[in-house]
Amino acid sequence: MDKVQGCGTLSFSLAWWLYMTLTEKILARASGKREVQAGDNVWVSADVLMTHDVCGPGTIGVFKREFGADAKVWDPKRVVIMPDHYIFTADSKSNRNVDILREFAKEQGLPYFYDVIDDPNGKWVFDAQKGPLKRQYGERYAGVCHAALPEKGHTRPGEVLFGTDSHTCMAGAFNEFSTGIGNTDAGFILGTGKLLLKVPATMHFRLEGKLAPGVMAKDVILHLIGEIGFDGATYRAMQFDGPGVASLSMDDRMTIANMAIEAGGKNGIFEFDGQTKATVDARCLLNGTKANYDPVERDGNETFYQELTIHLDQIEPTVACHPDPGQRKLAKSMGHIQLDRAYVGSCTGGKTSDFIAFARILRGKHVKIDTFGVPATPAIARDLQNTRWEDKTIWDILVEAGVRMTENPGCAACLGGPVDTFGRMNTPLKCISATNRNFPGRMGHKDSQVFLASPATVAASALTGHITDPRES
Amino acid sequence: MEAIISGQVFVVKDNIDTDQIIPAQFLNLVPTIHEEYEKLGSYALYGLPTELYPTRFIAPGQLDSQYSIIIGGRNFGCGSSREHAPIALGSANCHVVLAESFARIFFRNCVATGEVYPCECGERLCEVFKTGDHVTINLDQHTVKAEATGKVHAFKSLGDVRPVVDAGGIFNYARKTGMIAARK
Ligand code: SF4
Repeated sequence: MDKVQGCGTLSFSLAWWLYMTLTEKILARASGKREVQAGDNVWVSADVLMTHDVCGPGTIGVFKREFGADAKVWDPKRVVIMPDHYIFTADSKSNRNVDILREFAKEQGLPYFYDVIDDPNGKWVFDAQKGPLKRQYGERYAGVCHAALPEKGHTRPGEVLFGTDSHTCMAGAFNEFSTGIGNTDAGFILGTGKLLLKVPATMHFRLEGKLAPGVMAKDVILHLIGEIGFDGATYRAMQFDGPGVASLSMDDRMTIANMAIEAGGKNGIFEFDGQTKATVDARCLLNGTKANYDPVERDGNETFYQELTIHLDQIEPTVACHPDPGQRKLAKSMGHIQLDRAYVGSCTGGKTSDFIAFARILRGKHVKIDTFGVPATPAIARDLQNTRWEDKTIWDILVEAGVRMTENPGCAACLGGPVDTFGRMNTPLKCISATNRNFPGRMGHKDSQVFLASPATVAASALTGHITDPRES
Repeated sequence: MEAIISGQVFVVKDNIDTDQIIPAQFLNLVPTIHEEYEKLGSYALYGLPTELYPTRFIAPGQLDSQYSIIIGGRNFGCGSSREHAPIALGSANCHVVLAESFARIFFRNCVATGEVYPCECGERLCEVFKTGDHVTINLDQHTVKAEATGKVHAFKSLGDVRPVVDAGGIFNYARKTGMIAARK
């Protein structure tokens, strides 16, 4: 009897050890442990560290101050630098910041520095005379980091990605642990390759069904943030899985994972499947980056902090009203909100699929309010200029509909930026936007207001001048 | 750092995000360049909407704030991961942020940089105090005393995080405790 009981306990505890959430599995592996639990503090090895022009110079400053002027980064192949925030501006400090990155990349021999210009000894100067619309970048420029990381083959399942940007969580779409950190932590990683992390408890979101026509991934995440509150996932991992995931494209998953931070989450992570594999393999091969990886999969008996089922078919076009991403309303109930401006762009809402959804509604019509389009990356801009819908490219459809499309991909007005930034609100306007954040002043003037919505809802609203459900267009 | 911090408080409400703490247009300033560090401080809490916060954290033309303690509501520091946020507060001479709750990355950046003590009170002290009140904070006893009334409120202990901020951030702490090699 004793023996049997002993065995029972043993097998139970063995099984318990092995049951971990996707996030726990990656953090266990990255800290060289067999298992970790929520709340454990562990030293995690970084597979990739990403930084950009806004936080890179400070990160480099911390690294040099702490490790010495001649210090070398722990592994040049694991450092990715993507200037993308304040690029197409005449602000001299911003231009200088790109030059600081270039100097550092040169000195350290970093292979993955996606410079704005081609000349490794040059200086970046934005030519305001040419205006914001015409291309002003070289061959290496990659655009908005979170959209560019997967495009350039730097996101791999099962890995750990740290980035000096809160939306680094977007890479969780590719079944990896990715999270935003500050300059000091990033400086520490540059020197050591490691970071002390607390393992977050996982909130489980099981997706079922399929999105209805006119409804987009953006609506899913805005709905969900409304559900749990925009600090509802603070200190937590958000795991997305279930049968509904298969119907979501990689772009859709990126949109959802991107906004995990808007619920306060440390990271968002999706299950691995055939689509993940196809995308990652293709991008790594094309760019010649590291192509081997080891995904993490579910065991089915893991312990979650909280569980929620999301029925995709029941979600409707959703808006997050000023002044925070948790102010959820249905688009159809918001027709009384008159708008001054519409904006499609950013890592969240500036992907090819976002512009296609945008164009689907605007095609052959004309916008009623100032409308701006900023592709997230040069590759997306090229896609839009080359993809035809009957006789016209997506780009031309949008331009003919009255959208101001820029060929200069970047963060642009998503976070305001210097006053000459394309699309920035310099007066207290109301804007409907496919971006991800709407705190006061986010897109410029501190008394302006931002309403977050899907590209389809932004398009429908641009046509009417007030918030409009795209299913009515 | 002394365990006792006295001064005037600046009171804000819920969801003060990093755009309000340091608006994005000032992120062209690099915190590790000394003059730019000082300049960042002069813009601390510049993004607070004027009609909600007619009293400004930094008086016009000043580099530092007269308020050494900020009292906030829920989810203080939400939004971006910009370390410029705790740095702007620290550079403006703020030593403590006492909030009902914090957003994760902001909290971590306070500790990593050692710029300010992020103390969680769990209680809505932002309804109890008003801007300009004089208080005394005792970090050892985790209490804040209103000088006018003598009333004492408790907040949560900083726990493991306290020695890191005391040391002046994660690098100094790591050197002190031998986690990384001492400076040559
Ligand atoms: S596009 Fe917006 S959200 Fe995305 S990285 Fe740039 S500023 Fe951040």
